[in-house]
Amino acid sequence: MSINHEPTAKQVKEQRLYLQMGMTEEEYTRAEEMLGRTPNYTETGLFSAMWSEHCSYKSSKSVLRKFPTEGARVLQGPGEGAGIVDIGDNQAAVFKMESHNSPSAIEPFIGAATGAGGIIRDVFSMGARPVALVNSLRFGDLTDPRDKFLFEEAVAGIASYGNAMGIPTVAGEVQFDQCYSKRPLVNAMAVGLLNHEDIQKGLAAGVGNTVLYAGATTGRDGIHGATMSSSEVSIEEENELPVMQAGDPFIEKLLMEACLELVKSDALIGIQDMGAAGLTSSAAEMASKAGYGVEMNLNLVPQREENMTAYEMMLSESQERMLIVVKKGREEEVIQLFTKYGINAVAIGRVTDDKMLRLLHKGEIVAEVSADLLAEDAPSYQKESKEPASFAENQAMENKEPQVANLKDTLLELLQRPTIASKEWVYNQFDTGARTSTVLAPGASAGIIRVRGTNKGIAMTADCNSRFIYLDPETGGKIAVAEAARNLICSGAEPIALTDCLNFGSPDKPEVFWQLEKSAAGISEACRKLNAPVIGGNVSLSNEVNGVPIYPTPTIGLVGLVHDLKHVTTPGFKQAGDAIYVIGQTATEFGGSELQQMVEGKIFGKSPAIDLDTEVKRQDQLLNAIQQGQIQSAADLSEGGFAVALCEKAFAADGLGADVTVEGSAVTALFSESQSRFLVTVKPEQVAAFEKNVQDAVKIGTVTDGEEVVIKDAEGTVLLEGTVEEFRAAWKGAIACLLNSED
Amino acid sequence: MTKVTIYVTLRESVVDPQGIATTDALQKMGFEEVKSVRVGKLIELELDGSEQTIETRVKEMCDNLLINKVIEDYRFEVGEVAGQ
Amino acid sequence: MKFAVLVFPGLTCDLDMYHAVEETVKQEVEYVWHTEADRLGQFDALLLPTGTSYGNYLRPGALAKSSPACQELQKFAESGKLVLGVGNGFHILVEAGILPGGFLRNNSLKFRSAQVKLQVENTSTAFTKEYSKGQKITLPVANEFGNYYADEATVEELKSSNRIIFTYAGENEDGSTAAIAGITNEKGNVLGMMPLPERAVEELIGGTDGAPIFHSILNNWSEKHVN
Repeated sequence: MSINHEPTAKQVKEQRLYLQMGMTEEEYTRAEEMLGRTPNYTETGLFSAMWSEHCSYKSSKSVLRKFPTEGARVLQGPGEGAGIVDIGDNQAAVFKMESHNSPSAIEPFIGAATGAGGIIRDVFSMGARPVALVNSLRFGDLTDPRDKFLFEEAVAGIASYGNAMGIPTVAGEVQFDQCYSKRPLVNAMAVGLLNHEDIQKGLAAGVGNTVLYAGATTGRDGIHGATMSSSEVSIEEENELPVMQAGDPFIEKLLMEACLELVKSDALIGIQDMGAAGLTSSAAEMASKAGYGVEMNLNLVPQREENMTAYEMMLSESQERMLIVVKKGREEEVIQLFTKYGINAVAIGRVTDDKMLRLLHKGEIVAEVSADLLAEDAPSYQKESKEPASFAENQAMENKEPQVANLKDTLLELLQRPTIASKEWVYNQFDTGARTSTVLAPGASAGIIRVRGTNKGIAMTADCNSRFIYLDPETGGKIAVAEAARNLICSGAEPIALTDCLNFGSPDKPEVFWQLEKSAAGISEACRKLNAPVIGGNVSLSNEVNGVPIYPTPTIGLVGLVHDLKHVTTPGFKQAGDAIYVIGQTATEFGGSELQQMVEGKIFGKSPAIDLDTEVKRQDQLLNAIQQGQIQSAADLSEGGFAVALCEKAFAADGLGADVTVEGSAVTALFSESQSRFLVTVKPEQVAAFEKNVQDAVKIGTVTDGEEVVIKDAEGTVLLEGTVEEFRAAWKGAIACLLNSED
Repeated sequence: MTKVTIYVTLRESVVDPQGIATTDALQKMGFEEVKSVRVGKLIELELDGSEQTIETRVKEMCDNLLINKVIEDYRFEVGEVAGQ
Repeated sequence: MKFAVLVFPGLTCDLDMYHAVEETVKQEVEYVWHTEADRLGQFDALLLPTGTSYGNYLRPGALAKSSPACQELQKFAESGKLVLGVGNGFHILVEAGILPGGFLRNNSLKFRSAQVKLQVENTSTAFTKEYSKGQKITLPVANEFGNYYADEATVEELKSSNRIIFTYAGENEDGSTAAIAGITNEKGNVLGMMPLPERAVEELIGGTDGAPIFHSILNNWSEKHVN
């Protein structure tokens, strides 16, 4: 029930109630000193929410600063609801990825659904029409019933919201590892399009202008979600669940249409989603960014429950709400606009010149804090960083092949690993074709939507191999970006910018902070080399279960531009007689590979190496060959290595197989996860031109008519053969099979 | 104020995919005694009005919107709003 | 010829239908917001798109009955002009009592996005003249309530009056009665179907097997408006 007898400022201090709100002693003292007095209960709540990791990035700021964020195409870098890149013709792509890990660990359907809802709002709050969704999901390996439940419900939840909004999900990835058991990662990304003149920002500017509240009512749901998402899940605490904020995609759809109409109006000054820390963060950030103040009368806030306190209203994370600043005198027409869509919009305050966030409730001033103090002056920590002992141990190990008894059985087993198996079970639940713009749907290397009215496309992918990052965060960070870029290149797109979700354990553990620093350094370097700046993202720390951190998982959401839709390339074989090429060298590199995990039950050793100059050269040459029409099909080599990639090219075709010859040790040739490699097919008449274009390409065989996959060694001895059907059957049904298996 | 509780079930002749899946799940979990499950929904209304009119009005609501008689059956109970 | 795309609150895939008209028959097409449905009379054909409306709350299509547009829709259907409802549009036609039957959750209990094979059962309707009888076509589906239900008597009546227009030719995965994928009303001027022809009008985005429906609608109108 409501707290009608709120503790006094003195009680908050003496009883150290701020600790329960997630503030440390130092932070409370800092707040008190900077405020110049003891903050009351509501004000303490404002500080605790705004100074949470989720809102302030206090632990990660020092790392985030190192990302390259500028580039010729960047129109908006990090700091707004979403980043924006120019795509030519006066249009721009707007996108961001965000995590909803903690809520999804507690109530996966609602948690995942509201994750999708939140990121969609971030994109339309910039004035852009959301046109595509991408997601990146991580779960335990589907042996534990709780992990099966989390997986099934999170997928259904994320699908339900996107589907009900009519926004197609066009790409995504799912990986499974026990490090995510009971602590799933749900990262959702939305991509929007707009014309340059429609770009909006979250600004509360112009003294006397009106602050409007639009959307769903405010309830007691999700209070302190921002601080909760910055803390770990303790299994023992499952009995004391916070009230989850449920989503309502119907309201959001109406709100989106209203907001997208509003951005065309010159009455609009600024608009921002009430996301994490709800009314507090939107009001404080909009005022702080604009250099003004905001005064709000909380009596006017539309409320869903009775007797809500100022504290509860300010900290609520009820969904589907926007804070909007409009020109004074134009309130009525804006309210009318919302009313047309059945959305409640109410004037609740005004912009002031004193840079304060001032809250009135029941005729009294209940909080009065400098907006900058909340938004800009949050503490920033240089956390202690320490290389874990395991790193040197892993680095000292020799690269060795895992013991494999039978190559074909190994391949069949790999194809059934949930990380490698077909994700049809997942993406068949997404409406992939809404908006009739989807050129490449899930199942290809990347998703592509066309840009209506042009011959261009926007390509997108999400990637992160956290096992490599766990073994070697810097190298793994480079690989994450490079792999995402490979997926775009294979689809015929030029990578242009990225967003990230940095999912890590507790930053208070020096080894975890070291992972964060090192992987960010790797990501930064790869971004520079690949000319793809970071234009936004999110940090999710303290992803731990009972004190054990997840593998470091900085998910990369990469967006690319298809200059001409005829460049769009798919992974499947196209025609018998086409030459099959591998681009890049294969070495014995199994540290963190799917085969190592499968055979040894754990990962160890060095992650595969990556040389970014070689990577860039191969990507450039392959994209060039694609753009010149020399490539029939393309895919990169990732989890499971060459044999898996070869099979997948046959699965995506109709009635075609392959006959190929590999060099060197069979296990390495078939299953190594060496980086910077591609598998492409080329028409016989294009072979000469292709070979001239792509230096590191080696012809290994041909596409065949029979539905057979045959892999031979250099002497002509068959290493492995089977029908496409038997391999496909293993791969296709594996996830459904795991979910249905008895425990 | 009066509270009306409407119980909506699928008609006997209509196959209930949710019910079948739930039966299967319960049996797998060791509740072998379960022979059949039908999943329905519960609709709660709070409304003003005299006792005489409520029955007719609620029936109209069901027939016009709340129920699709092709696939669903319903019954309802009329009571007082708790705590009033 | 003038097409109206009727937009109920929260409707998601109005754009798909609008573009299908532009892409195929290249006729005038306009969105009509549900509060403006009293002007539907100006139009020659009415399109009810798929997706979600009213959040698909209560039952998909049911809450549309709360809008005055529903009466306008009924009037339009009675006037004999053509009405095409796909996916959620089919739900609305059924809930409004314009077409018989009801919808259950898919057998999988999950939303299902897929390409499905259909058989064209009746090519004499205003919507299907451009197909050949028995033709197998492929269209996308995307729904959670695609499981069409009708009792035996209704199915018999639909069959005997040739009002089953499309059936699932491959696996009837969602579980529809008699593998029904699309039906018309008695007059034959209202077609409801679960698969989505408007998403199959261009090679670039999944084939062109849906285009003949739009061409049939235009041809039907043109024949009646020769002079």
